[in-house]
Amino acid sequence: MQPSSQPAAEVGRPALPEDRPAPPKDRPAPPGETSPREDAQFAAAFQALVDAEARIEPRDWMPEAYRATLIRQIAQHAHSEIIGMQPEGNYITRAPSLRRKAILIAKVQDEAGHGLYLYSAAETLGVSRDELLDLLHSGRQRYSSIFNYPTLTWADIGAIGWLVDGAAITNQVPLSRCSYGPYARAMTRICKEESFHQRQGYEILWALAHGSGEQKAMAQDAVDRWWWPSLMMFGPPDDASPHSAQSMTWKIKRFSNDELRQKFVDMTVPQAQAMGISLPDPDLRFEESSGHWRHGEIDWSEFARVLAGDGPCNAVRMARRREAHQAGAWVREAASAYAAKHQVGVLTGSAA
Amino acid sequence: MSQGDRRSWPLWEVFVRARRGLSHNHVGSLHAPDAAMALRNARDLYTRRSEGVSIWVVPAAAITASSPQEKDSFFDPAGDKVYRHPTFYEIPDEVPHL
Repeated sequence: MQPSSQPAAEVGRPALPEDRPAPPKDRPAPPGETSPREDAQFAAAFQALVDAEARIEPRDWMPEAYRATLIRQIAQHAHSEIIGMQPEGNYITRAPSLRRKAILIAKVQDEAGHGLYLYSAAETLGVSRDELLDLLHSGRQRYSSIFNYPTLTWADIGAIGWLVDGAAITNQVPLSRCSYGPYARAMTRICKEESFHQRQGYEILWALAHGSGEQKAMAQDAVDRWWWPSLMMFGPPDDASPHSAQSMTWKIKRFSNDELRQKFVDMTVPQAQAMGISLPDPDLRFEESSGHWRHGEIDWSEFARVLAGDGPCNAVRMARRREAHQAGAWVREAASAYAAKHQVGVLTGSAA
Repeated sequence: MSQGDRRSWPLWEVFVRARRGLSHNHVGSLHAPDAAMALRNARDLYTRRSEGVSIWVVPAAAITASSPQEKDSFFDPAGDKVYRHPTFYEIPDEVPHL
């Protein structure tokens, strides 16, 4: 998920965590500690690299606003992966067959992995893992509002894979060309794995859509509920997305919210038609002149409401997340105690 | 900050050999209390789809890196030695196998 233009808590320049190597002494001082003329030179060199499609790497000089924007966006993305385990994790015990259960476990495990790749990428910007988790747990950083909707039936697992992961892929493919190297590399890994997620979701819905009348109704109901929230995942329309222009200049963002949304609609409508499921938009129509599927008006008041915390599951998701973190404390403590006790005798010097 | 707190877990850089005949490549990083756990976590995190046959984990703090700001001066010595490349030399076209 990557609703980059949603408002979110800003993170200031974080202190380097203790377990990070100290920056080299010859690293240029951050803006404010250098003369305005030096700042301007660094900024020009930075933008020249970005314009030349070179990647910015962790120890390069970067504008503080670029660093803060990336920390906010990557962290929000990581939190979304971690919170996103919940709606589907709910169905692991109730998957209709052993095959579906094994697939769902693998998928939820992937979401955890994606969260970890992204936390690692965020940490290269000088924020620590614990700070990021604190920001999530205290509600100062957000996750994608899509996960504040409930999964009511098994068909929802299909709809999430097909629509929610489909929208995520549409967002994420251009991010694998983002100007910040570690984020781009994490996205490349994630995109490879997401493709399985989307296909397994489509397969679930396809099976239901070709089953009994009751099963078909279940598939239709899930699509009816997930379609509009999926379109909202791309963030507010371009004319109401104030941060987009700067992110485009920095080449963090490659396409506007509306362009990505249009791309998703164009890909998805034929897939819905192929399985004989309708999309809940009476205004959806094919525009001959442009070759695009045009969707109806999105209810942005619902988006604002869910984002502000008033979605069906906001409180449940956060409570579950905090509970899991607290309940896991003893495992972290035990692992640390074991490591301290066995400090010598670990696998060393066996590189080959 | 308690003794058992996550804050005390060091950062490890992970390198994976994709298959025999290739060198280990950097794939990312993770936190773990010790090397054995770092290896296990690296297996679960970076080789869920058989992406590797061998993994190295290295404490991030043990890595010494050149500075990006030295880019020019540090690598300058190689910059003016074009004669280290085979294309520098002029050999008549009719000379074979050279």
